[in-house]
Amino acid sequence: MSNLAAAGEEPEILFWVGCAGAFDDRYKRVTRAFVRILEHVGVKYAVLGMEETCTGDPAKRAGNEFLFQMQAMQNITTFEGYGIKKIVTACPHCFNTIKNEYPALGGNYEVIHHSTFLQQLINEGRVGVAGGGEFKGQRITFHDSCYLGRANNIYEAPRDVLATLDADLVEMKRSKANGLCCGAGGAQMWKEPEPGKKDINVERTEEALAALDGNAAALHNLLGVEGGNAGATPAPRDAQQRSIIAVSCPFCMTMMSDGVKNKERENNVQVFDLAELIATAEGLNA
Amino acid sequence: MHFSIQNILFLLVAAAGFGLFAWQVRKIRANILVGRDRDMSGNVSERLNKTFLVAFGQQKMFKRITPALLHLIVYVGFIVINIEVIEIMIDGIFGTHRALSFLGPLYSALVGTNEILGALVIVAVAAFWWRRNVKGVRRFTGPELRMWPKMDANIILYIEVILMVALFLMNASDLKLHQMEGKDLPGAFPISSLLTGLLPSNVGALEILERVSWWAHIVGILAFLNYLPSSKHFHIILAFPNVYYSRLVPQGQFSNVDSITHEVKAMMDPSYQVPPPATNPDGSAAAPTPFGAKDVNDLAWTNLLNAYSCTECGRCTSVCPANITGKLLSPRKIIMDTRDRMEEKYNSPLIFQPNLYGTEAKHAEQEVLDKENHTLLRGYVTPEELWACTTCNACVEACPVNINPLESIVEMRRFLVLEESAAPNSLNVMFSNIENNGAPWAFSPSDRFNWADELYVADKAVKA
Ligand code: SF4
Ligand code: SF4
Repeated sequence: MSNLAAAGEEPEILFWVGCAGAFDDRYKRVTRAFVRILEHVGVKYAVLGMEETCTGDPAKRAGNEFLFQMQAMQNITTFEGYGIKKIVTACPHCFNTIKNEYPALGGNYEVIHHSTFLQQLINEGRVGVAGGGEFKGQRITFHDSCYLGRANNIYEAPRDVLATLDADLVEMKRSKANGLCCGAGGAQMWKEPEPGKKDINVERTEEALAALDGNAAALHNLLGVEGGNAGATPAPRDAQQRSIIAVSCPFCMTMMSDGVKNKERENNVQVFDLAELIATAEGLNA
Repeated sequence: MHFSIQNILFLLVAAAGFGLFAWQVRKIRANILVGRDRDMSGNVSERLNKTFLVAFGQQKMFKRITPALLHLIVYVGFIVINIEVIEIMIDGIFGTHRALSFLGPLYSALVGTNEILGALVIVAVAAFWWRRNVKGVRRFTGPELRMWPKMDANIILYIEVILMVALFLMNASDLKLHQMEGKDLPGAFPISSLLTGLLPSNVGALEILERVSWWAHIVGILAFLNYLPSSKHFHIILAFPNVYYSRLVPQGQFSNVDSITHEVKAMMDPSYQVPPPATNPDGSAAAPTPFGAKDVNDLAWTNLLNAYSCTECGRCTSVCPANITGKLLSPRKIIMDTRDRMEEKYNSPLIFQPNLYGTEAKHAEQEVLDKENHTLLRGYVTPEELWACTTCNACVEACPVNINPLESIVEMRRFLVLEESAAPNSLNVMFSNIENNGAPWAFSPSDRFNWADELYVADKAVKA
């Protein structure tokens, strides 16, 4: 960003990378995939690089309002310094915080989650024209991020993005507004879970696997699922076939990947972010 | 019109019933208003719209179809049967008999509908009783649903049956009396006409039965009215204001703490003018309010209104990922604890046993047991419960009357962190990482751009 500013240029969007996008080895791949898409469609974007600092989301959810506001003010000062108007991010937590919580502190921006941004690109015919590519016919289930879904009512954008892949999309028993948390939100990411019967991400992964395998019996054994109103169980399928859990959040990515490892299914079940799926389908991830 | 001793008695009973109810409501209102101020004015049309959909229209109930239909029967039955209560009031005051019968066919339709709904209510209530006591639906269990709350739920069902039976006995005996005297009783009685055969054919007995059930019906209703404030059934009234005053902002948006904003601004800009601290009406400095919530009066009044509106249905807890996976956290318990604590702290106005689920049912590791310091946090809600929350908003989404357990949870977390520095150690590590490195993990800010290293576009991005 500082380079652009020095050159007297204004970006169309600021791509907010987020701490996970910058530091988490797995999520760095998502950051790269998204940047490739941005390059591919020729959007003029900028990143803050070292001037970026945590939005303060984990501090706020953990109750440290003071630390949150310090972070928020610092970021708002940076945004104002560059005259930022439009921000795109792949992290629902950053998205929620900048969009909903910064205005009370004087930071008003147009904030877009990358699922919505990708959906717009698809609608404009700028990506997604390559068809499903290697995902054609593969089974994919989407895990709703709480901070995208219930927190901000974004349910269709990620599904629209997946729909361009020409894959076999299946819904989990608890999806959309009824989706089950991956277990990382509210600063849980940074601490051990309280004692209980099971870790939340294991429960959620079991549900995803049951949906992918079309395993009705496994669905039945999930905790707290009261039958009836959710989507029908998909057709049974060989558990050895390759399938995908799609996510749109760095924390969901970590939790679901850990869950898949815990269930020893990493040989044929992969966890991908929407941006990675699109970049791969477009042949950008060379 | 025969004005008699009965009418005077009725007036006295009705006045006592409504008066006692008004007294209880006033006390509850005062309890709710001990909460922190929060401006909920404005957006009237949006709020009314929401109230119409969620409270009046039962919108959120229909996520679960079976209980939604059963509830709808009881709800519609309640509303329609109340029209008959208006007639009972008029008859009681003026000594008339079936004062609304001048409505003719409309009256017949009304009475007939009432009878059918009354029968359906009995069926629905039986189904509710079965679900709760026999089928053992998971959300009707849990440590917070023992003792009084468990009994309360069943008492409501029994009272509803008694009221319906009284209604049918009243109609059936009245009908039989008229038949025996060869007269026509205005109205249509699809159910009661089936019951007349079961009644004695003695005029005196029938007259007594008619009067007894008439009185049982109206006294029952007044008694029920006064039972409501002690019960989860108070939701039939408070659901409406509670939905009206629910949040209109996105669920992910957490409240902002203004006092901290002033402090942070003053730190960043020494010339910033911090508004003067609040003063008491007499001009003396008000006691500083703590950050977050330790006790009920630290919560916003809307959170306290939430507590009195809770129907204890457990929909919140049944979708809570922490609760599902066996952690101690139950959002319903947090809400019920809030109400219990208000009753304890501000002297319950309630005539029946307050909403307590019994000390032995509460978590064993309660840290403070003496009543004086028995605050909401630690006296009722343990930090372990609070730290298990993922702030996923599932409980908020699930609540049919728009209660927000998450807000109370976050307020209590704020107290733990900002006033007591009592966060779990790993969270303190996360805090200091953010403070020192600008990221919740221990990475150096100078590594923030490393993701671009392996990227062919990196050069371009930097050069651009
Ligand atoms: S927000 Fe917290 S209390 Fe509510 S359902 Fe989610 S984890 Fe449970
Ligand atoms: S808070 Fe809402 S969902 Fe939870 S028990 Fe009370 S009424 Fe039911």
